[in-house]
Amino acid sequence: MRFWIACLAVVLAATGLVMSGVNEYLFFAGFVVLQAVVLATAWNILGGYAGYVNFGVPAFVGAGAYSALVVHMSLEAPLIVQILAAALISGTLGFLVGVISVRLRGIFFSIATVALVFILETVVINWRYVGGATGLQLTRPGEGWPFDSYTRMLFWVMVIMAVAAIAIARYIQDSHIGRGLRALRDSEEAAECTGVPTLRLKLIACAVSGALLGAAGAPMPMYLSYIEPYSSFNLVYAVSALAMPIIGGMSHWVGPLIGALLLASIQQLVTVTISSELNVLVVGVLLVFFVIAAPDGIVGLYRKWKASSK
Amino acid sequence: MESILEVNKVSKFFGGFTALSGVDLQVQKGERLGLIGPNGSGKTTLINCISGALLNDEGTIHFNGAPISRLPAHRRTKLGIARSFQIPRPFSSMTMLENLLVPLSYVCGITGARAEEEAYQILASMGLKAKALVPTSQLSQVELRKMELARAMAAHPSLLISDEAMAGLAGTEIDEVLQILFDMNSQGITIIMIEHIMQAVMSFSQRVVCLDAGQIICQGTPKEVVANPHVQRAYLGD
Repeated sequence: MRFWIACLAVVLAATGLVMSGVNEYLFFAGFVVLQAVVLATAWNILGGYAGYVNFGVPAFVGAGAYSALVVHMSLEAPLIVQILAAALISGTLGFLVGVISVRLRGIFFSIATVALVFILETVVINWRYVGGATGLQLTRPGEGWPFDSYTRMLFWVMVIMAVAAIAIARYIQDSHIGRGLRALRDSEEAAECTGVPTLRLKLIACAVSGALLGAAGAPMPMYLSYIEPYSSFNLVYAVSALAMPIIGGMSHWVGPLIGALLLASIQQLVTVTISSELNVLVVGVLLVFFVIAAPDGIVGLYRKWKASSK
Repeated sequence: MESILEVNKVSKFFGGFTALSGVDLQVQKGERLGLIGPNGSGKTTLINCISGALLNDEGTIHFNGAPISRLPAHRRTKLGIARSFQIPRPFSSMTMLENLLVPLSYVCGITGARAEEEAYQILASMGLKAKALVPTSQLSQVELRKMELARAMAAHPSLLISDEAMAGLAGTEIDEVLQILFDMNSQGITIIMIEHIMQAVMSFSQRVVCLDAGQIICQGTPKEVVANPHVQRAYLGD
């Protein structure tokens, strides 16, 4: 119950914030931080709970962005339809990636997901309808009531998506699906022999994770008023989506949330105060530090502290 | 007696290597069967084919009269086949109790307080109740072995395959595990026991099957099998 009250409080606070006269940049930067929350949470459903490391995050984000673009261009569909279409396409893509997990495990699965990025990027580069390699300039449609600007609306939408992603991740973790995913992460053969339908669970995890990653990418064309394949399929998405749960802790839904808020906020600060080129350096330094000093992330540190203080 | 498991002409190949060659085996309901053979004889491959961890390349396997050769392992577990592993494979991120909740939830559909109650009962029957909330990473070897048997029990099996559950244990620990297997059998569970500790095999098994080079070379009572010259040759050489 407390969780749902907190969710409601976050949504209400965000609604109040977008109605206020706060500087527009806050929403521009806040969108990126919230998108990071969705990406990290979505990645952790497969990578953290099931132990299948997906390096193909840009493939899902890019597929989501371009699906939204196609729906926008062909049907002039509103943002909500763009997001749903992106989730559907990326969820299907995730399902197909899940199918290859029948044959590939460990590093081989991860390499296959990287290959997916290059395949999709190449397809988009050669697809003239969506602008090919040069991309497309887009005109934002008018913002809907009660938002004063499209950026504020996108921020609010991303708040809803972040809350939804966290609620889904929490549900999966606490349900018997989560226990099954943990079992297959620890020993896939033992899980299968204790009645866990490992393939079905992996397909669910891949599809849900893929759908959320795609949904997070869907507002990107409208957010930037521009889309091109090199930034849409940028491998930095993969590094960030992996680093944030590692920093926060992969064993609990709150880990990716903490990691994303921390890392993405620092990155935004660095961008504004120093240089956007230092973003990846921040990720790298923090990642190395946490892998060495706190492999179970901030959640793990908290648990250790709690256990030792008893 | 009615047979619970029928293995007919089962073969398994790994590339050019024949791990099992036309194995025929029948196990009766409630039986205690010992499966022996030198290292590399195909014992674990055979039980992997029975439990579904591997699919046999030739032949058929029937469980309670139904063909199971093409079923995935989790479906076979639901039908009543449970197993332990030669090298214990606990769910290391979980406590002992949580390890048991996995089959209780997925195989028996029991969740919540009822599942915990049953898990505690199983652990208590094996003398593990005090360790229920201990992470499996902190368990001793004998506790891990018992936990694997407890986890198998939580799947409500009618056939349990115990793969070297006594490997690496001391004398009294072997007796404890052996007693657990006897108790399981007294509850009506058919047991196939793979073991290298011959004393345990002899005292536990009603019938012993000996495998060598992927083929059954002898089966009979423990005394008959031990006295068989083919078995002696397989273990000791010419």
